[in-house]
Amino acid sequence: MTASKKTIAKRVPMPNQPPDVRRNNFDEVALGYTKEMAMEEAKRCLQCKKPKCVKGCPVEVPIPDFIAHLAKGDVEKAYAVIKSTNSLPAVCGRVCPQEIQCEGACILNAKEQPVAIGRLERFTADEYMHMDACDLITAKPECPYIDQDRKVACIGSGPSSLTVAGYLAARGCKVTVFEALHEVGGVLVYGIPEFRLPKEKIVAKEVGALKELEVEFVTNYVGGKTFNIEDLFEQGYKAVFVGVGAGLPKFLRIPGENFNGVFSANEYLTRVNLGRAYEFPNYDTPIIKGRKVTVYGGGNVAMDAARTAQRLGAESVHIVYRRTADAMPARHEEIEHAVEEGIHLEVLSNPIEFRGDERGNLTSVLLQRMELGEPDASGRRSPKPVEGDVYELETDLAVIAVGTNPNPVLLENEPGLKLNKWGYIEVDEATGETSIPNVYAGGDIVTGAATVILAMGAGRRAAKEIAHRFGIED
Amino acid sequence: MANTILKKEQLIPGQTSKLVIDAPHIAAKAQPGNFIILRVNEKGERIPLTIADTDRENGTITIVYLVLGKSTALLEELNEGDDILDLCGPLGKATHIQKGGTVICVGGGTGIAAMHHIAKGHHMAGNHVVAVIGARNKDLLLFEKELKSFCPEVLISTDDGSYGHKGLVTELLKDRLEKDKSVVEVVAVGPVPMMAAVSKTTEPFGVPTTVSLNSIMVDGVGMCGACRVTVGGQTKFACVDGPEFDGHKVDFQELRQRLAAFSPMEKESYDHHCRCKCNDSK
Repeated sequence: MTASKKTIAKRVPMPNQPPDVRRNNFDEVALGYTKEMAMEEAKRCLQCKKPKCVKGCPVEVPIPDFIAHLAKGDVEKAYAVIKSTNSLPAVCGRVCPQEIQCEGACILNAKEQPVAIGRLERFTADEYMHMDACDLITAKPECPYIDQDRKVACIGSGPSSLTVAGYLAARGCKVTVFEALHEVGGVLVYGIPEFRLPKEKIVAKEVGALKELEVEFVTNYVGGKTFNIEDLFEQGYKAVFVGVGAGLPKFLRIPGENFNGVFSANEYLTRVNLGRAYEFPNYDTPIIKGRKVTVYGGGNVAMDAARTAQRLGAESVHIVYRRTADAMPARHEEIEHAVEEGIHLEVLSNPIEFRGDERGNLTSVLLQRMELGEPDASGRRSPKPVEGDVYELETDLAVIAVGTNPNPVLLENEPGLKLNKWGYIEVDEATGETSIPNVYAGGDIVTGAATVILAMGAGRRAAKEIAHRFGIED
Repeated sequence: MANTILKKEQLIPGQTSKLVIDAPHIAAKAQPGNFIILRVNEKGERIPLTIADTDRENGTITIVYLVLGKSTALLEELNEGDDILDLCGPLGKATHIQKGGTVICVGGGTGIAAMHHIAKGHHMAGNHVVAVIGARNKDLLLFEKELKSFCPEVLISTDDGSYGHKGLVTELLKDRLEKDKSVVEVVAVGPVPMMAAVSKTTEPFGVPTTVSLNSIMVDGVGMCGACRVTVGGQTKFACVDGPEFDGHKVDFQELRQRLAAFSPMEKESYDHHCRCKCNDSK
């Protein structure tokens, strides 16, 4: 080793609840860095002159800057830097797929482990949750003056809308967020489980901070049903952001799919997360507690459903996926955590039929064994059935997590919104504006099912354009 | 948006009640066939209920419910002046109504109230509405007066013969269809076996038949698929594709099984609720 080559310390591991403990509770799995751990990890950052990590971030957080403050122990400044571009850092630090974004782009990733940017972001945000709400949002000591005439409406209260609300409220706009469900947060509340994203501690805090900025939240209001976009303009809103999410769950289109015990991941997770069914009968929403659970799909939602079933007391949980584990689109950490918790990955396997008893209750699934064939045009080896290799697996709860289709509720009632060939809303790439002037859209209703951070990126794009048209930003 | 209960009427004491709720934002948009989702308290379940009537001028909607489980029992505990915590709507597709002639609207049990809104819609569109309503006995018959206020004909059956025809609504319906060829559509709202029987009755006559389904729902806005139902071999979502479907194509057997999916838990929840209440009163 030469003097010019600094040894890079090993990445500071994240303290987690032990697998055999956490598989029985809904408390958060990752416990978070201590300040000492965060400072140690922050010192691993090389402070690149042309940081690739920033380019890897959909909302362009000035990553080396916040890490530099953190390395000196200045959490306050680190927070201000993150907040300058990211409205929901406590959420992003927990749910972003860092390995394909900032950490994937980190220069250290080539030879060593990348800097744990996500964990540092999470630490910074958590440390600052106790601060005054206006500081949280704006990183300024006082709340901005809110101009009641600069009225902006967001339809849906998920990450894209919350980003729009945070960005514009911090710049003095009066934002109202309309949510169809009874609780604010969209996928952060109904979709992502408590053990990955605590609802009271994190989501409610971020939402509470927005309320301090006079963001108004109206629940039980359904875009396209309770009101139309036109109604909003009549009420004096100058811009409307549509962030209603992807919605309509896809099913497998195989026989037996309507047996009792077959759920979409959306239903399963909504019952448990939004309905708090894990506390049934203290909470009223029921859920079928499967004994032998099967989950279909390989994304984050599949991992969430499988780990939820485990926590609800399943004897066994199988994730059925037609490719191999390394091709699963879920965050690496989620797959790792799932396996640690005892979840079985039934890879190279494809469901072909659900079977049930005479009362219509699910009893088993027929699975087709798959193998990897020749690489296709994309270079991926696509799975093909192994002829004659069909087997049966006992299951009394099946959760289907293979994505969603565009939700028709708003779209059917807004014929003026131009859709793309997949049925999602078409927007201007640069501004996020739809075919209706001053109506913007972003998140899953534009891209199809994607990640929290991409939705936030889309929200930020639209918010910037709205601010620009209001003349409050260049 | 207080969702205040302006009027409560026990239609069948301890069993079925009618609430008139202050909800101008829903009343302004509600059409026959629409439903709402409500939640009574912070730990409550979201439950769908069909809108039985709308008064745009006064900004109210009317719902009628049968006390069947914990959520409806909690709803029954509310009184005039109380607010319903969460009330969301109007949801689902509105009834497809066009002027065409005679429409027979069949209602059974609590379904009569939901049918009332649809019948009213047909009446407003200028159709000749024949209401056919049935219950186990005279005391359990709902909305007779309301229907008589605009329906030129209201035919009644009771299982025990205590009022009107002794027997089933389908007998009255069949009799009518045999005599009256001007019927362009039959609408049925009620228990699943009754809607299945109505659909079976109308099929030989080739009269289009619409049924309004009361599937289990969670969000009610197309997000979860709990309410999926097979119609003509295809999976449909009752909340966004319905709740009204072609009765000749609905797989009623599957619907009945799916409605029972949570019955052990519904019972557990209700028993838990009753136990807690008993303990409170001790």
